Amino acid sequence: MLTILFDGIAYGMLLFVLAVGLAVTMGLMNFINLAHGAFAMVGGYITVLLMQRFGVPFLVCLPLAFIGAAVLGGVLERTLYRPMYHKPHLDQVLFSIGLTFMAVATMDYFMGSTQQIIQLPVFLKGRTELETPLGTLGMGHYRLFIIAVCAALTVALQFVLARTRFGSRLRASVDDQRVAAGLGINVNIVFLSTFAVGSGLAGLGGALGAEVLGLDPSFPLKFMIYFLIVVAVGGTSSITGPLLAALLLGIADVAGKYYVPKLGAFIVYSLMIVILIWRPQGLFTRQGGKA
Amino acid sequence: MNTTANQAVVLSAHGLIKRFGGITATNNVTLDLRQGARHALIGPNGAGKTTLINLLTGVLEPTEGRITLDGQDITRLAPHQRVRRGMVRTFQINQLFDSFTPLETLAMVVSQQQGLGGKWWQPLGARKAVTERCGRLLEQFHLTSVMHQQTKVLAYGKRRLLEIAIALACEPRVLLLDEPVAGVPAGEREELLQTVAALPADVSVLLIEHDMDLVFSFATRMTVLVNGTVLTEGDPDEIANDPRVKAVYLGHGEETAHV
Amino acid sequence: MKTNVELMHAGRWRVWEPLLWLVAFALPLLMPSHALIINEVAIVALFAVSLDLVLGYTGIVSLGHAAFFGMGAYVAALFAKLVMPDPVVGLLAGIAVASVLGAVCSLTILRGTDLTRLMVTLGVALILLELANKLDWLTGGADGLQGVTMGPLLGRFEFDLYGRTAAWYSMTVLLVFFVLARRLVFSPFGATLKAIRDNRLRAMAIGIPVSARLSVIYTIAAGVAGAAGALLAQTSGFASLDVFEFHRSADVMLILVVGGVGWLYGGVAGAIVFKLMQDWLSSITPQYWTFWIGLFLVVLVMVGRERLLRPWTWFGKKS
Repeated sequence: MLTILFDGIAYGMLLFVLAVGLAVTMGLMNFINLAHGAFAMVGGYITVLLMQRFGVPFLVCLPLAFIGAAVLGGVLERTLYRPMYHKPHLDQVLFSIGLTFMAVATMDYFMGSTQQIIQLPVFLKGRTELETPLGTLGMGHYRLFIIAVCAALTVALQFVLARTRFGSRLRASVDDQRVAAGLGINVNIVFLSTFAVGSGLAGLGGALGAEVLGLDPSFPLKFMIYFLIVVAVGGTSSITGPLLAALLLGIADVAGKYYVPKLGAFIVYSLMIVILIWRPQGLFTRQGGKA
Repeated sequence: MNTTANQAVVLSAHGLIKRFGGITATNNVTLDLRQGARHALIGPNGAGKTTLINLLTGVLEPTEGRITLDGQDITRLAPHQRVRRGMVRTFQINQLFDSFTPLETLAMVVSQQQGLGGKWWQPLGARKAVTERCGRLLEQFHLTSVMHQQTKVLAYGKRRLLEIAIALACEPRVLLLDEPVAGVPAGEREELLQTVAALPADVSVLLIEHDMDLVFSFATRMTVLVNGTVLTEGDPDEIANDPRVKAVYLGHGEETAHV
Repeated sequence: MKTNVELMHAGRWRVWEPLLWLVAFALPLLMPSHALIINEVAIVALFAVSLDLVLGYTGIVSLGHAAFFGMGAYVAALFAKLVMPDPVVGLLAGIAVASVLGAVCSLTILRGTDLTRLMVTLGVALILLELANKLDWLTGGADGLQGVTMGPLLGRFEFDLYGRTAAWYSMTVLLVFFVLARRLVFSPFGATLKAIRDNRLRAMAIGIPVSARLSVIYTIAAGVAGAAGALLAQTSGFASLDVFEFHRSADVMLILVVGGVGWLYGGVAGAIVFKLMQDWLSSITPQYWTFWIGLFLVVLVMVGRERLLRPWTWFGKKS
């Protein structure tokens, strides 16, 4: 049981890193971006390509995946996304679905539709068993690595948001874009960098998660709902909200699939619906914040 | 000059309190609106006037307190049900239906008010009772000339008139007007002021306004709200001469009519 | 009276409309080899019209409308296999069950933002997909429900191999629901729906029982979507998991947007354009045609939805 919890936490932290960019850009630009998963996929494929074609070590691929996805995100934000911010939500949904379709088909064309296998470095393979009073805790080394990396990223994100000038500018823009602009904050730069970093994080998550979640061209569509759950349940007014939502989701999914395999993802979807009906603004949004 | 002093109380707020986290937006407000009233609610910006309207109409739930309409407790009643009982409001910022024309808007509102809102088989303009009432409202609010234009393209003054026409189309017994002349250009104010002055005598009106000319020419009773608390209540004369009220306004700078 | 005439004029049948429908019904006669495509277009058009009721006229952004489509399909297929093969009764069964599902699901879309609505509608469709997959003893699972043979329509018209009976059947059902939907959107009820779409806050403030209205229209739209699904199962002879897939919901939204949201013929026009485009693109790039659909969507939205395909509405009144 402890192992399930451990795996669930690893899964949840991975989901958090994947989805946090979406949560922040949604809170910031009020833009429903269903194509977020495409950036994760790009990060994953960059890693696969670098490792398989150029023999780049796995650990080096991770920051490269981040950078690649971030650059792509920045370019797309400036060119395609920016004119979309004030359009109605329906348009945004259609637009991002269109982008997703394009991304999926493009990857299918260039990389084929088979699952990509990533060869992990030796020190990340393997497993440690710990005997605790509550039972055996089996910790896969890779999952341990994921938890460590994601935890470090979370701390870094919290720091940037709470302690840096950029962070306060970001928070101001999320709260009220017009007032922030009126205060002299360059909202365009904030948007661009936030979107780029968010996409970069998704790319990093895609690279990290390729071994655990699988990587094929349908990744954005398969996992879209999971990212959206993290954002909808966790809210967009903080990053601890999505973190808790992601952990909840990760644990629920792993536990559900283990204990009740017949029902599988059914549990997660039902849980999500119940939560959203009960608290439409999300579980962790602060009172009076923008939903 | 208190012509409504002996009339029955139609709408009553009793000890209303609304807290948002640490902020108390409405602090123990008690207000009685009498039959046929012309009651103004004034106070500096941020005093909580619109919050009070939101509480009265059910858009916000009070933290504590009671609201009664015709003696019946409506504190837990949904907003649309309060409208059914005759309490209607207008909004400070126009809340219109942009894709409708004024004629379509009023036809829709009148149909809803006459109980036809659930009818799906007959066309919108089928009942004469509906279209005749629309015609009268359009005339009353000087909207006949623009009745076939999409609301989106109307001038601000006409939009404001439509805003109030919508409320009147609901056949209110209690009308809550939230800054009806706010932002209306000088050339279009007269129309609006006339219609406000010409409201039926049996409708009880609570008016929020900053425009002191309008307030003093319209109101027979006034409540002053400051920081969510009722400072004082009385006749226009009493209020105009109350030193505390003067301090509130002069202390915050001269409150002059909105242009 | 001027106001009266103006209001009633909006819902009046234009001259070209009966002609259009006559031509449509004549098509299976004139182009018998295309009867199958005509049938498909009619089904998709009906599905799109059902989405228009909630999306175009009420403003509910739903990414899971396929839930009701799929429900109608499976119910009709199971009805034909297990109860009786009469098409019309099966159709009614599909509509009934889909409507009940719609009524239940309408509870999920009453509160929350556009995002939460997107999520719950998507979630419901995914749940049904999972259920259909897992309950394979009933639904055939990933293989689908095969061998659905229909009895003669109205006891007299056999479903022929060319698909002409199917095409007329689907078009008749489409026409019936089209007429009903038309009465609905131009009625006071329809006006209150549009009011909810334009300004929900004000709609509440003029006494419209918003939640009740939303539930009613969502139930109706679910029933109509179920009809479309039932038609699909009945005319194609099987039901498979893809009726619940995200692609279905996304495609029907695209169809509606292409044809024009908030305009009943939008669903019909979009269905025609989409099917033709899909056929043409599939013959060019069978595997990657979703890329072009995606590109089309992106361009469409960037250019502006209103500026597409509807030059005649530039002069007429918007419905």
